[in-house]
Amino acid sequence: MYPRSMADSDCVMVMGSNMAENHPVAFRWPMKAKVNGATLIHVDPRFTRTSAMADLYAPIRAGSDIAFLGGIINFVINNERWNSEPFFRTWLLNYSNAATLLREDFRDAEDNDGVFSGLMQYTSGLPEWPYNGFVGEYDTTSWQYAGTGIGDQGRVAATAQSGEVRGAKSGAVGADPKRETPPTTKPVPAGPPYDGLVESLVKPAPVRDETLQNPRCVFQVVKRHFARYTPEMVERVTGCPQATFLKVAQTLLANSGPERTTSFAYAVAWTQHTNGPQIIGCAALLQILLGNVGRPGAGIMALRGHASIQGSTDVPTLYHSIHGYLPAMTALKKHDTVQDYLLLETVPTGYYGNTPKFLISYLKSMWGAAATPENSFGYDWHPKILGDHSHLPMFVAMADGKVKGMLLIGQNPATSLHAKLERAGMRKLEWLVVKDNWLHESATFWKNAPEVKRGEVKPADIPTEVFFLPSAQVAETEGTFTNTQRMLQFHFKAAEAPGDCRTDVWFTYQLGKRLKQKYADSAAPRDAGFKALLWDFEHSDPHERGRGEPSALAILKELNGYYSDDPGRHVATFGDLKDDGSTTAASWIYTGMYPAPDQNRPANRTPDPPGQPGAQLNWGFAWPANRRLLYNRASADLQGRPWSERKKWVWWDAAQTKWVGYDVPDFGTTTAPNARAKPGGIGLAALSGTDPFIMKADGRAWLFVPTGLVDGPLPTHYEAAESPVQNPVYKQQSSPVLKYWKRDDNPLAAVGDRRYPHVITTYRLTEHYLAGAMSRWNPWLTELQPELFIELSPELAGEKGIRNLDWVRISTPRSQVRAKALVTRRLRPFTIDGKVVHQVGMPWHWGWEGVSVGDVVNELTALVGDPNVTIHEGKTFVCNVERA
Amino acid sequence: MAEPMGFFTDTTVCIGCKACEVACKEWNQLPAANGGVNTLSGDSYDNTRRLDGLHWRHVKFVEQFPTDRTGGRWLLMSDVCKHCVQAGCLEVCPTGAIIRTEFDTVVIQSDVCNGCRDCIGACPFGVIDINPVSGTAQKCTLCYDRLQVGLEPACSKACPTDSINFGTITDLRKRAEARVGQLRAQGENRAHLYGADDKMLGGLNSFFLLVDRPEVYGLPPDPKMPSRNLKPSSWMTVLGGVLVGLAGLVSFRTRGSRP
Repeated sequence: MYPRSMADSDCVMVMGSNMAENHPVAFRWPMKAKVNGATLIHVDPRFTRTSAMADLYAPIRAGSDIAFLGGIINFVINNERWNSEPFFRTWLLNYSNAATLLREDFRDAEDNDGVFSGLMQYTSGLPEWPYNGFVGEYDTTSWQYAGTGIGDQGRVAATAQSGEVRGAKSGAVGADPKRETPPTTKPVPAGPPYDGLVESLVKPAPVRDETLQNPRCVFQVVKRHFARYTPEMVERVTGCPQATFLKVAQTLLANSGPERTTSFAYAVAWTQHTNGPQIIGCAALLQILLGNVGRPGAGIMALRGHASIQGSTDVPTLYHSIHGYLPAMTALKKHDTVQDYLLLETVPTGYYGNTPKFLISYLKSMWGAAATPENSFGYDWHPKILGDHSHLPMFVAMADGKVKGMLLIGQNPATSLHAKLERAGMRKLEWLVVKDNWLHESATFWKNAPEVKRGEVKPADIPTEVFFLPSAQVAETEGTFTNTQRMLQFHFKAAEAPGDCRTDVWFTYQLGKRLKQKYADSAAPRDAGFKALLWDFEHSDPHERGRGEPSALAILKELNGYYSDDPGRHVATFGDLKDDGSTTAASWIYTGMYPAPDQNRPANRTPDPPGQPGAQLNWGFAWPANRRLLYNRASADLQGRPWSERKKWVWWDAAQTKWVGYDVPDFGTTTAPNARAKPGGIGLAALSGTDPFIMKADGRAWLFVPTGLVDGPLPTHYEAAESPVQNPVYKQQSSPVLKYWKRDDNPLAAVGDRRYPHVITTYRLTEHYLAGAMSRWNPWLTELQPELFIELSPELAGEKGIRNLDWVRISTPRSQVRAKALVTRRLRPFTIDGKVVHQVGMPWHWGWEGVSVGDVVNELTALVGDPNVTIHEGKTFVCNVERA
Repeated sequence: MAEPMGFFTDTTVCIGCKACEVACKEWNQLPAANGGVNTLSGDSYDNTRRLDGLHWRHVKFVEQFPTDRTGGRWLLMSDVCKHCVQAGCLEVCPTGAIIRTEFDTVVIQSDVCNGCRDCIGACPFGVIDINPVSGTAQKCTLCYDRLQVGLEPACSKACPTDSINFGTITDLRKRAEARVGQLRAQGENRAHLYGADDKMLGGLNSFFLLVDRPEVYGLPPDPKMPSRNLKPSSWMTVLGGVLVGLAGLVSFRTRGSRP
């Protein structure tokens, strides 16, 4: 969904986010809804500025989100209104996979002590890159739909077992023939065109039970899975009083249905856990049960933490995907040839059936004319990943001396997760480039870090050569932001950067040019890709060109796409992309934003007339295809009529025989509601007129996730990697497949370790920004939040003899820091499974440089993370607190 | 004269983000106190503490939590100069530095102010103080320079939730009344307006919607003009004069009767 749509909500549930403090601008929309009478709910361990705005505040212990959400799911499934209101059943039965049957050999966590079938020891990964961090892995075969293998390709964690060709590279045992060869006996036709290849991948349609009674159908499995999440269990695990929990559950349900919609908003307080994607999946499951997807004021708002971080994952800076969320080429899977890649990564039914068109157009954007059908469009030149190269494993590898150099642009890892270990890694680098506005901690760690001040490390012993490049600020360059609603907005250059400060694109462009020059005469096969690389973004303005600044419009054009033999002609929509090399487009999802040389749609700034319902389609450009609400076919009923007048968004116009409405329909424009799926068809032809979820292989919202997640098909409450209590819900304590880098310098506290009895969470404040490089140097901001503090309840403060503003020492098995005490009743002790557990919290913005200085809170955190996306668990771990 | 303009601050939708404080400082080029080096106040999230010559906007944080936390509230309010229709500061200013503008707002002209501090004591809200950079008394100008070119003040422009509303007083009062009615209909019976009518100092051109007693927000329940003391003190003066006269007469008579 998108933030403005929250103004249309009848209830907004903010959980896993402190939206008012960290997304104050987007928060205007829930506030609009509230002023219009909507109920605002906040579920959080702390009473924050978001809670202050909420009509209903539910306190929970950090890390107990799935127990709370699971309780709501159980409440909804057993509720009389939910079982009698036809809307819920119609929506669920037709738009979700509730009726789909699962395989006989699937074992749910319910029957298996809290783990799913297929759990085994982690044996994947390459010996060259032993940093993937898994403590276990699942063979996900048994999670599939019965009688088919629909959707078992594609978008899974790049380093996980799922999708890997086990043994193909590393010689490890346990090869899985199912994944080595495509599931067909016919020879696979070569391409281009690749339609034959895609057709060869089509599998039988899933088997369904329209009565939802079969014990192996998804709905029955879900129902049984969540049966133990009773209100009593919710209180035991989360510490939230049952009455408050029930009030939340009732409010959500009362504000869902044909006439009303509820939205969720979350941010990194759901992601930064060892099971973060599962928490989000749990909310998705609930929203699917409530029919709150693809409709105005419904859905789940993923709040991004930075301006344009959405853009950075789209474009992407992620290691495991190339543009437009296509999986990165990897040495862990059978990606030897372009055909291998397409066979493994193309989901033949649904919109991803077009994967070959997206991939080939992308390869053309990499190598231009040098990419031909004869050389597989340069596929062999493309680098492949070896394993998990995300932040955490990279720094572990660095600490092992495996990384030679690092370019640091817009990041400050010296104060980042398990900062001590990260700085130890940086001390092993040969060279380090820091490009930023300020000499922040990562530029001065070699002379000013705590371990240097304490004399444990001498600057003379650090071999790292540090280069600092002053950076231009955002207003000193032109370009686009892609915000949390996938909306690109163009901004113009407002001022010249001072001195020799340069933009990030200047740096990247010039670096690429110099590297191309360096490899120009190389005969080594591995350099052929660099020699062929298309790298021409020359600015049309003589002044900018003279400075070496690349043209933002030229970059936009390459992202959008153009016709290979007529580069002046832009591709108007991703429906026009071809798999034969005739189109060149880096990012299929961005295609359409720049459909003609004189149409820079991200620069559009025309709001809708006030008072009219609309989607503000002429303000910026939201990918894909300028759609504001994804899967918006679900806002209409089976016949294509709006579920209600109040909640209409897009609908079928029988007279015009097309979908119309306020938004760009996210559906085949002329696919009638009664259109039938084509048996054996590929792409959208494989879906019917009532399959709104066109990016899914079966066109349906997934209550149960047969593929794509490595840690389970259903959300399950696990305790955090560090927890003061035994898991009250299952025998399994924490995620059996979480990522943990077991090293002497990365210890974890044992369950219930009395030396570290308190639960701690870390967070941001409105007044500061992330690691502080953009706020701790700004006196206007530092005077507002001048010092590091720890928030704790008067109850805990009383036990420990701590008064407001006392200096406090906070310790974990990794490190200890000092902070001033902010004693407040906004925090409270929880009773968890009969035991009093104190919750404390600390903002993590500080470091030793800048106007406002303070200890590095991230010294307390551990390198432990989620197995799907490798984000660390910064939102809940354990600590001790005492007077310093 | 243009129509009277002002602020209506709806504290029930203030999220305490302090964007108003920063936007005010940025537009008016007010430096941070002490170069931004400050210490934690320990008073909730309020670290600038009050309005003064460098802080023309100030967000207050009032934590109201009983021991068992039931019904706990965190009241947030962005405070500012009230631009009183009967302004104490303007009344006492000896140099004429404080003027009433064509927008019915109250502005201190820095180039006329001699820093005598009379206005500081005269303001019942504690809004004014000396700006250490200029050495003159300063406070919110309701962005007089922006108003003159048809722009809204920096703080209300920056406010993400429209807690700070800018407009004509007539319009703002209408909106405020409607909002109070809405809140009361939703069960918030404590909702009331502070300074929206003429009873308080002839009306505050910057008025507030509160959900607790004014004192809870640090606002005087019944602010008075400095001239309130004029009548009693003038009577005292007259009385004093009479007494001195009488004493004189008595002493003269005594002297006259000496041998």
